[in-house]
Amino acid sequence: MVGVTVLIASAVGARETNEIERLQRELRELREKMQSLEEKLNYAATNTTSPAPLEANRPTPASAPATPAKVWSPSDPLRVGRGGVYADLGLVGTFAVGGSTAKDIEGGTQLGGHDPNQNGFTVQGVEMNLQGAVDPYLRGNANLLFSVDSGGESFLELEEAWLETVTLPGDLQVRAGQLLSAFGRVNTQHPHTWGFVDAPLVNGRFLGADGLRNPGVRLSWLAPTPFYSELVLGIQDSHGETAAGFRSDGHTHAGTVGDQLPFGYRHAENDRGVRHVTDLLFTPRYVVSFDLTDEQTLVLGASGAFGPNASGSRGDTVTQIYGVDLYWKWKPARAHAGFPFVSFQAEALVRRYQLGEFDWDEQGNGGDADGDGFVDAGCLTEATGLTPAVLARETVTDYGAYAQLLYGFRRGWVGGLRLDYVAGERAAYERAGLLLADGTGGGTPLGRDPHRDARWRLSPNLTWYPTEFSKFRLQYNYDDRRARGRDHSVWLQFEFLLGAHAAHQF
Amino acid sequence: MKTLKTIFGALGGAWLLATSVQAGLNLVVTTPDLASIAREVGGSQVRITTLARPTEDPHFVDAKPSFIVKLNRADALVEGGADLEVGWLPPLLAGTRNHKIQSGQPGRILCNAGIAMREVPTALTRAEGDIHPLGNPHYVIDPVNAKIIAAHLADAFARLDSANAAAYHANASKFTATLDRKLAEWTAELAPFKGARVVSYHKSWPYFAARFGLQMDLFLEPKPGIPPSPAHLAAVIARMKEENARVIIVDPYLNRKTAETVARSTGATVVDVAQMPGGVKGTEGGYVALLDYLVQTLAQALGAQK
Repeated sequence: MVGVTVLIASAVGARETNEIERLQRELRELREKMQSLEEKLNYAATNTTSPAPLEANRPTPASAPATPAKVWSPSDPLRVGRGGVYADLGLVGTFAVGGSTAKDIEGGTQLGGHDPNQNGFTVQGVEMNLQGAVDPYLRGNANLLFSVDSGGESFLELEEAWLETVTLPGDLQVRAGQLLSAFGRVNTQHPHTWGFVDAPLVNGRFLGADGLRNPGVRLSWLAPTPFYSELVLGIQDSHGETAAGFRSDGHTHAGTVGDQLPFGYRHAENDRGVRHVTDLLFTPRYVVSFDLTDEQTLVLGASGAFGPNASGSRGDTVTQIYGVDLYWKWKPARAHAGFPFVSFQAEALVRRYQLGEFDWDEQGNGGDADGDGFVDAGCLTEATGLTPAVLARETVTDYGAYAQLLYGFRRGWVGGLRLDYVAGERAAYERAGLLLADGTGGGTPLGRDPHRDARWRLSPNLTWYPTEFSKFRLQYNYDDRRARGRDHSVWLQFEFLLGAHAAHQF
Repeated sequence: MKTLKTIFGALGGAWLLATSVQAGLNLVVTTPDLASIAREVGGSQVRITTLARPTEDPHFVDAKPSFIVKLNRADALVEGGADLEVGWLPPLLAGTRNHKIQSGQPGRILCNAGIAMREVPTALTRAEGDIHPLGNPHYVIDPVNAKIIAAHLADAFARLDSANAAAYHANASKFTATLDRKLAEWTAELAPFKGARVVSYHKSWPYFAARFGLQMDLFLEPKPGIPPSPAHLAAVIARMKEENARVIIVDPYLNRKTAETVARSTGATVVDVAQMPGGVKGTEGGYVALLDYLVQTLAQALGAQK
């Protein structure tokens, strides 16, 4: 009984204390509101009497204290940026000017689809990005890329357009639409975030001029480990020109070597569609990250890309690409505006490509369509020059890597150095002594497939960022292609950014 | 083999222990200044992870993957809400998969609620430098704003963890009382220097200047976020001589050499300051320790020239 009384008494006491606390709080809040109002009055008063400030710092009408946000009306100009809009809109324009000793810049020395592609000026790309919350469950992102090719023709690319879940149970996340495959680091980054004017050679050669991207879906899982550890699986279409290395149409950006001979010296057969789930492209990736110290961060990743390719006519050949990547960055505890910093990034890839059987006697007329008794020009023949070549099925192995070091040595200034290397193991079709027929019984001997031959490149550069919204970059490329010799290129890149700037992923 | 087993066993045990101790709120706070107020209000009921370090430029923090893990496991995210973190928070949030800290959830705590923001632009143009659409985001350094933040945090924490609601409100009241007492001291200490001109590098001190009656309208940066140019510095030097401005304040991440050069030409003193507790030596104790330091060093520097 006594206990109950005490309980009731203490409950009443507690209620009273709560009440008092509530009143105190309300009083405090009122006082703060008063203070804040006084503030505004004082500020307005001192502001009108203060002496004229220094020219550059003259407050625009902007420096008045907060006024209630103005309601947008349809007659107002549409503003771009955060706050008050449903989507953030940004535009990045990237251009280059320069020259090279190479005669085959586009698709030859420069393998990236948005690399400088000719002597003189290049529009590398004008990329528009729109992103925002779709609803409480999804966010959306789209990157449209406008460009002008070396022939002066304008074109538009749908780089990416996807929706992504905000919160799924089990720490899962789904992204669906047109998307860049999560393979390594460079492939998922948009060109304006690269540390160099152009794409690494290994990316251009294995993942294609425009990077590996296609319609599809990507599922990722943040593992419950004490460190960052994410598992990603992408499932995408395996055909189209942005699935280079898989069922692409063999198109290489108006390439010169590509015009002459297709990859593996055999034409591709692309139009078989999707008959089975294994006709899709699968890209698993695992990535971990550790903060080595407060000032150093390491990211390690391993990726794969598996899907059918279009080599040969049987339609049962596949490509497997494996990659490992590393990113390390140091930024001191007193960095200002992101400087100074040192970063190192490297990726190494191996590709196992099954080449299908292919008979150059496609019409069954011995390669002699014009009936002059010789194999027609442009056809591949056996070493004798008399019969069209018959290429057996085989699996070829290629590998390549790049490593790049960036040093932001003072605010706005970054020095960079990148080393590229790609090579392939000599395959049976390269050893067979095939000839490219000239139509008169002879032909040019073919050796290494230029799509697979060894080459390396060294690229020092210097970048100046006047602010984070503009940049100027000067780069020199020393190219060494085994069959074609050495080339020198110098490019100056310039870039501007308007509107919202999507903050970069680490 | 046995050692390996022991190591893995120990690691596993430690991890289990770390994940199973879940008392109170697990908070992720973007900047150390907000973290110090969250610490005052949360007391022993909260665990706090701070993303930005006290010495680094809060506009340019790397969006490290480890931050995604921290955000993924947070009960609440405490942020400034005025775009100070716009360069690095959005890409982190995109990958957190944590519904508790999504926009509009009680676990997404924007500290600028109820704050009178200064310098809200009426027109957005980057020709004026890196201006923030929501106003100057360096508002935490004003103790009156700190009181508003504390009250707001107490309400937010109480909503998330009603069992400890009374404690949060009591902590906030205590902190507010301390600030009221200290504010009187600080105001008195700086009162003799009312109207004195203090030069700063970045336009990050208007709230502090207004609170303590200092004039801070000279900046080493020509426009917010734009690096100082020789011509601008020459103009600043001329203006400092004209106005007899003798104190230049520099945050830990800014280029002290530029300030020293200007100081040499004007006979001014360079004073190390910070807006983040722990940004300069002697301010590790938290918000009040930081304000104590700022008021004392400024009073000293301003007093030395009289």
